[in-house]
Amino acid sequence: MAKPANHDPSEWVDRYGGYLFRYAMLRMRDRSTAEDLVQETFLAALKGRGSFSGNSSESTWLVGILKHKIIDHFRHQAREVPLGENDLREHPDPSSFDGSGHWTSGPADWGGNPADLYREKKFLDQFTKCLSGLSPNHANAFTLREIEGADTGEICKVLNVTETNLWVILHRARMHLRRCLETNWFERSAKKGS
Amino acid sequence: MLSCKDVTQLISQSMDASLPIGKRIGMRLHLLMCKFCSRYERQLLLIRETVRGIVATEGKSGEPPGETLSEEAKDRIRKSLRNS
Repeated sequence: MAKPANHDPSEWVDRYGGYLFRYAMLRMRDRSTAEDLVQETFLAALKGRGSFSGNSSESTWLVGILKHKIIDHFRHQAREVPLGENDLREHPDPSSFDGSGHWTSGPADWGGNPADLYREKKFLDQFTKCLSGLSPNHANAFTLREIEGADTGEICKVLNVTETNLWVILHRARMHLRRCLETNWFERSAKKGS
Repeated sequence: MLSCKDVTQLISQSMDASLPIGKRIGMRLHLLMCKFCSRYERQLLLIRETVRGIVATEGKSGEPPGETLSEEAKDRIRKSLRNS
């Protein structure tokens, strides 16, 4: 059930600030950018109070505004730092493969099936760290695809790339992320466990 | 014959679009025979599932994991709301 909107902006920060901030943090990976976007969201909501239809809950309405701001941010970033040669080179991780394209050292066994990882704050922190290690456009592409669940057509428009290029970017992003999590999470927890 | 390097690219692409039938069959055959590539695929899918889990619990009340908004930031935002 949606709570009745009270539209008392003095309560917004306490009621929704934490939620919006976590939402922004997962997608922006940077504390001060996330704080700024939360602030901008509340300011835009204050201005646009009249347009709140009441059909959705207040928190859904606010997250909707924040989501737009995040996507705008990605669009600006893509314009400011257009994809370079490096972003599109076909070999995201050349050292993993030999000259004939076979693994030199394959993916490690991650052990068991860690299904509940998403509940662990430490994993979330490591995931965010690994995502920040990618170039911004790669991390943004991954975020739109895997966190937002956007389809490739939408992502191409936001990042201004062709679909073929996007596939290369996502491939690269996944490969780096997988390796980063392996090194910093799975291999460490295997060592701790033994 | 597809190499492991080719197959990792196809695994990723298959997570975003449906592959043409020839490539799909080539990839599946390779995965049947290649321990590392099938492990690679499982791990990418585990990452996808985990991210979905994080997103699905994001709006739930209780104490979802993640960073919290600092008191300084809250004060700053409150001030900006009052002054606008």
